[in-house]
Amino acid sequence: MQYLLMIYSAESEWKQLGDGERQQRVAAYQAYTESLKKAEVVVGMNRLQHASTATTVRIIDGKPQVLDGPYSDSKEQLAGYYLIDAPNLDAAITWAARCPGASHGAMEVRPIWTMPYESAGSA
Amino acid sequence: MSLCSRDGDPNGTARSIAEAVARRSYGKLVALLAMRTRDVAAAEDALADAFAAALADWPQRGCPANPEGWLMTVARRRAIDAVRHRRIGDELVNELVLLADEIDHSDARALPDRRLALLFACTHPALDAAIRTPLMLQVVLGLDAKTIASAFLTSPAAISKRLERAKRKIRDAGVPFTVPEREELPGRLAAVLEAIYGVYSQGWTDPVGDDTVRHDLAGEALFLAHLLVDLLPEDPEALGLLSLMLYSQARRAARRDAEGNYVPLSAQDPATWNARMLDAAEGLLRQASTHQVIGRFQLEAALQSAHVHRCQTRRPNWDEVMQLYDALSALAPSPVIAVNRALALAERDGPQAALDALAPYADDPRLADYQPYWAARAELLARSGATVEALTSYEMAIGLASDPAVRRFLQRKRAQMPSTA
Repeated sequence: MQYLLMIYSAESEWKQLGDGERQQRVAAYQAYTESLKKAEVVVGMNRLQHASTATTVRIIDGKPQVLDGPYSDSKEQLAGYYLIDAPNLDAAITWAARCPGASHGAMEVRPIWTMPYESAGSA
Repeated sequence: MSLCSRDGDPNGTARSIAEAVARRSYGKLVALLAMRTRDVAAAEDALADAFAAALADWPQRGCPANPEGWLMTVARRRAIDAVRHRRIGDELVNELVLLADEIDHSDARALPDRRLALLFACTHPALDAAIRTPLMLQVVLGLDAKTIASAFLTSPAAISKRLERAKRKIRDAGVPFTVPEREELPGRLAAVLEAIYGVYSQGWTDPVGDDTVRHDLAGEALFLAHLLVDLLPEDPEALGLLSLMLYSQARRAARRDAEGNYVPLSAQDPATWNARMLDAAEGLLRQASTHQVIGRFQLEAALQSAHVHRCQTRRPNWDEVMQLYDALSALAPSPVIAVNRALALAERDGPQAALDALAPYADDPRLADYQPYWAARAELLARSGATVEALTSYEMAIGLASDPAVRRFLQRKRAQMPSTA
């Protein structure tokens, strides 16, 4: 099964880090990415720009309403994701726990929707 | 072949055999049917169809020699039909056919037992903690939503919705039907033990067995604990849990006198306890201790053992009891343990020492509506001569008691207090 591991973290915390700490964190993510690649589980990944760059769009009365800012106004924002292929939820949780994001923020693990005929018996 | 023909009423016999198989094998059959698909709800549907077919078929043609195998054969055929009907695709059908072959080729009497994996799936940390015990009751034991709802004081509709949600999550999020690896096992097993103990506690709250549903729950919990020990005979905490439950069960009837009044442990007659159950509990605890890995349930069982020993020999052993409570508080601190520990402390060092030990919990919201806390406080205050405060605590305890016998007991205690006028 494919799982999206979403990294939620407080952007204010990143801003408060010193240069050394930032480098350390980036290195931690690089190492994590490397281990995902070596294990051949990673399907895709990306780091996102700050939530301050986000734009929220919805159709109101047939017209697009465009708003500055992220959809949810919480302190912890989606900062990036890894898309992985894992045999089951336990394996996905194990990978999520290894991600540096689990230490400085929180990881949300979500299975990818598949058409029923594609999903059978992958466990 | 025909067990039914022995009886004049084939319908009744077929039904009672079906019920016996359901009780013994329900979880085993669900585990086998859902193992690969992870679709517990579909497995339950197929099994319900198979039981209905059995009730129609067995009175006519006689009960099969191997009812469990018969039900499994019908259920997986239904499951395959259901999957084909939904046109979900060949892969799932293949899985089910593979499973069918596996069963046909193994001795039909010895269907593989995957209930342990099912127990781990039902108590997976990714599921809402509050639904794990009800889920286990339904999926492993086949209890219906109505029974579960009444045990958990909620509506059948509400519990059904939450059970469905949990089953959907197991299927869609890929919760595995596996026994966790060695390093993960203790933590995951704790959730299984917790859930089984949760079943027992629900059953325990009905002391006299007036409420048949709850009374049965204590039996179902013992069944699960026995099952767990069968599946994990080397696990000290599984042994400890079964031991603890047998200690409690052995004293179950002694908690009421002939008139249905509450009898506290100190006033119980050890001769009325179930000696065979106590022996079994003692043996399990000894067996657990040979592994030299201490745990919460072993400590709780050891406490029960100490209480039983003291009552039987009439020799105070409060030092030993306090040591066990201290170890338990260090391992699994909880305000409930603090209350029980304080009562033991009172026996050793007097009521004031116990009240001092409880002082840090005075504002603990977890104890605010915990009836035994207020009953303990009332008792300790009364013994220390703080009559006015004791009366207030008795009021609280009486107001929070849900068991009429306990309420009467507390009311009598309060009435015995010296007048404060």
